Amino acid sequence: MPRRAGDSGRVRAAIRDELETLAEAGADTQAQPMEEGRDPHRKIIALDNVTLSFDETILQDVSFAAKGGETIVVVGESGTGKSTILRLILRLLVPDKGRVSIDGQDITNLTFDEALKVRQKMGMVFQGAALFDSMTVHDNVAYPLREHTDLSEDEIEARVREKLDFVDLEPDKVSDQMPSELSGGMRKRVGVARGLANNPQIMLYDEPTSGLDPLTTATITYLILKLQRELGVTSVVVSHDIRSAFRMASKIALLANKKISFFGTPEEMTGSDDPYLREFLGGF
Amino acid sequence: MIFSLQEYFALAGKAIGFIFVKPFYASDAIQQMNAIGVGSLGIVLLTGFFTGMVLALQMSVQLQAFGQEALIGRVIAGSMIRELGPVLAGLMVAGRVGSGIAAQLGSMRVTEQIDALNTLGTDPIKKLVTPRVLAALIMLPILTIINDFVGILGGNIIATFLMGLPASLYWRTVLEQMISGGFTFRFIPNDLIQGLVKPFVFGGLISITGCYYGLKTTGGTEGVGLATTRTVVTASVLILVIDYFLTQIMLTMFAP
Repeated sequence: MPRRAGDSGRVRAAIRDELETLAEAGADTQAQPMEEGRDPHRKIIALDNVTLSFDETILQDVSFAAKGGETIVVVGESGTGKSTILRLILRLLVPDKGRVSIDGQDITNLTFDEALKVRQKMGMVFQGAALFDSMTVHDNVAYPLREHTDLSEDEIEARVREKLDFVDLEPDKVSDQMPSELSGGMRKRVGVARGLANNPQIMLYDEPTSGLDPLTTATITYLILKLQRELGVTSVVVSHDIRSAFRMASKIALLANKKISFFGTPEEMTGSDDPYLREFLGGF
Repeated sequence: MIFSLQEYFALAGKAIGFIFVKPFYASDAIQQMNAIGVGSLGIVLLTGFFTGMVLALQMSVQLQAFGQEALIGRVIAGSMIRELGPVLAGLMVAGRVGSGIAAQLGSMRVTEQIDALNTLGTDPIKKLVTPRVLAALIMLPILTIINDFVGILGGNIIATFLMGLPASLYWRTVLEQMISGGFTFRFIPNDLIQGLVKPFVFGGLISITGCYYGLKTTGGTEGVGLATTRTVVTASVLILVIDYFLTQIMLTMFAP
């Protein structure tokens, strides 16, 4: 079911239909039996009373959890420490207080090498995609496989094609291209394919739709939903895009004044009478 | 300042330690050897050749005043092998390669590619720094040998065509200079050891300085520019300062 951004209104309508279908089918898909790491009752990511300071306090007493297959969207004003949460989950940063757990394992006190191993359970899509610009698209997606698996080159080739297909890119067209030859939306999709290459249990997205046109934004949102529904991947998405957040979130965490000031479903968010929340949502 | 020095030496220690730890990024190291060694060949050939020629030109005037022009081969060989070859190759590579390393790693830092490596379970020091340090440690001595040779060859051209000295006499005095300092292990000329220890040290210095400033880059493209400038200035100054101390140590070690 390949869909390509930037073609026509017909594609736009088709993606809108897909998003609606996926949103409707969500509850049923989540109810299906899942493997251990994707158990909907199991806490896959948990932040407990996390406090982090550099020159000043960035996060204070932040707690939330993502259960198997959930997509948590972290929203908030710029500079409130949303991306810092992703770095804590990746253990690129260590909290001053509190703990971060991945699949029940406290990652706060891991050594550098142990942290590298934990990160192999996760895929990350960066704001600017962060593709290795000295490598082709194929080599970018194949990178984690070459690093951490004993797969043969044929098996890697097959996996790369599968992941590029999954993100609706044509492997024959893009595999040999360099990242600089791709559009912003295509780079993001290659970033998703690279994050998915190792079949991670957790996907993290830093502003996945920022700087993209509405159609490409819809394509990326569709992809995140597809990952949740079809693969049961647990995701944390940091986003400014409240419209996409409502489409993809199982739960939304609003970060304000260094704390999580709201954590709940999109329906609970729109139904809230909290003045800051009403102001933040604006006319949405 | 002290914290920066600690970080610098910690990076150097890790990068060198990882040479012996799996996984070995051999293809990255070979790629870097090509970039550092083959890529710097042109500039090293040019600087070596013209330095040898200008040295011969200046020395010819001085030596003719004392009637000692036959010794020009010794002067050129001694100067090039012990001092000018390593220092000039080091400075050229610091300008060309050190800045390149800082710019490359700095760009990777500001575009989150370093973070991407971390999230993909790869140690960026092992993947990016160690191959560059290893390549520089190997290639700088090789570039220096080439620099020494073309410098002496440049001196030969001046000695033969401007001073009228037979080439055989010139090369005999070059060899005399090389053996005059004695030998280590009975067959390695001490002059050569002095001339090869330096580029080995400079190679590590240039690559680690470039990697250090590259990995510490902040502030977007402006930060990348700053990292390259700092690398070239720091590496060049360190080469000249450390050259003095290395010379002092080796003159003591290889005193006749």
